[in-house]
Amino acid sequence: MKFGVVVFPGSNCDRDMQDALQYDLNKEVIMLWHKEKDLSMFSTEDCIVLPGGFSYGDYLRCGAIARFSPMMQSVIDFANRGGKVLGVCNGFQILCESHLLPGVLLQNAHQQFVCKNIYMKNGDGRALKIPVAHGEGRFYADEKTLYELEENDQVIFRYCDEKGTVNAGSNPNGAIRSIAGISNRAGNVWGMMPHPERATSAALGNQDGLEVFKILELYGTVAAEKQELATAL
Amino acid sequence: MTYNVQIKVMPLKDLLDPQGKAILGGLQNLGISSVQDVRVGKHITLQIDAPGEEEARKAADEASKKLLSNPVMEFYEIEFVN
Repeated sequence: MKFGVVVFPGSNCDRDMQDALQYDLNKEVIMLWHKEKDLSMFSTEDCIVLPGGFSYGDYLRCGAIARFSPMMQSVIDFANRGGKVLGVCNGFQILCESHLLPGVLLQNAHQQFVCKNIYMKNGDGRALKIPVAHGEGRFYADEKTLYELEENDQVIFRYCDEKGTVNAGSNPNGAIRSIAGISNRAGNVWGMMPHPERATSAALGNQDGLEVFKILELYGTVAAEKQELATAL
Repeated sequence: MTYNVQIKVMPLKDLLDPQGKAILGGLQNLGISSVQDVRVGKHITLQIDAPGEEEARKAADEASKKLLSNPVMEFYEIEFVN
């Protein structure tokens, strides 16, 4: 399984993502410039990542202009063919604007940019400590959409406290139902506001981000690959 | 014919508008206490070349729907000025 990381003008977490995938997850990574559109080197088992940042200066609305870039047309096709796509922070906003994910990310309820470690969890899993850094991260969708998201288990991460309790105090931006990350109905497109790529290295003092890649099954084969390599040697 | 079209994009009425809330606080600090609510949106002007107003309206409507506004969070109104 290999990864493609899309670079938009204004992306600023693309190198962090590349570094985390290459050195902490031992994956092959290909950087993809937004003006290109060739994804022929990827199979649907591979994963395209839309990194964080401020694509196109966040003009008009976060992610609104990036949606129309040549590479995004290919990414939308790739996702519709069943290819895996992960959007982090600005990448999540782009996926919502591209209609690959439902809902929208609104300005944080407290009007401030929030940059700190938060806790989030997948289902009944343990609380994972992951950094957030955003001004527009308040997930919102209408009641009908929320009902569908819950009904189809598409809410993959919710903000919680250190003990795993979901409450208003642990919600960093006022997101509806404390939603931190969702998937599409088919389960091949994921978006989340927190930055798992900033927490994959022991040198950074936090490896909870590795859990995130495991939960999304973007990690599982690493051990097997290492085993294969060891056997080959 | 060139049409000058003005498009107003506003956050949906049910949604919290943090920017409007911050401005309301500022106005109250300024002593203008009669202001009860503030909502902040966008004002976008387009120059559209079209054979008639109907075509121009169609283009403005498509632009508003597909890019200038996001119906999940905003609504828009189109106004012709010439």
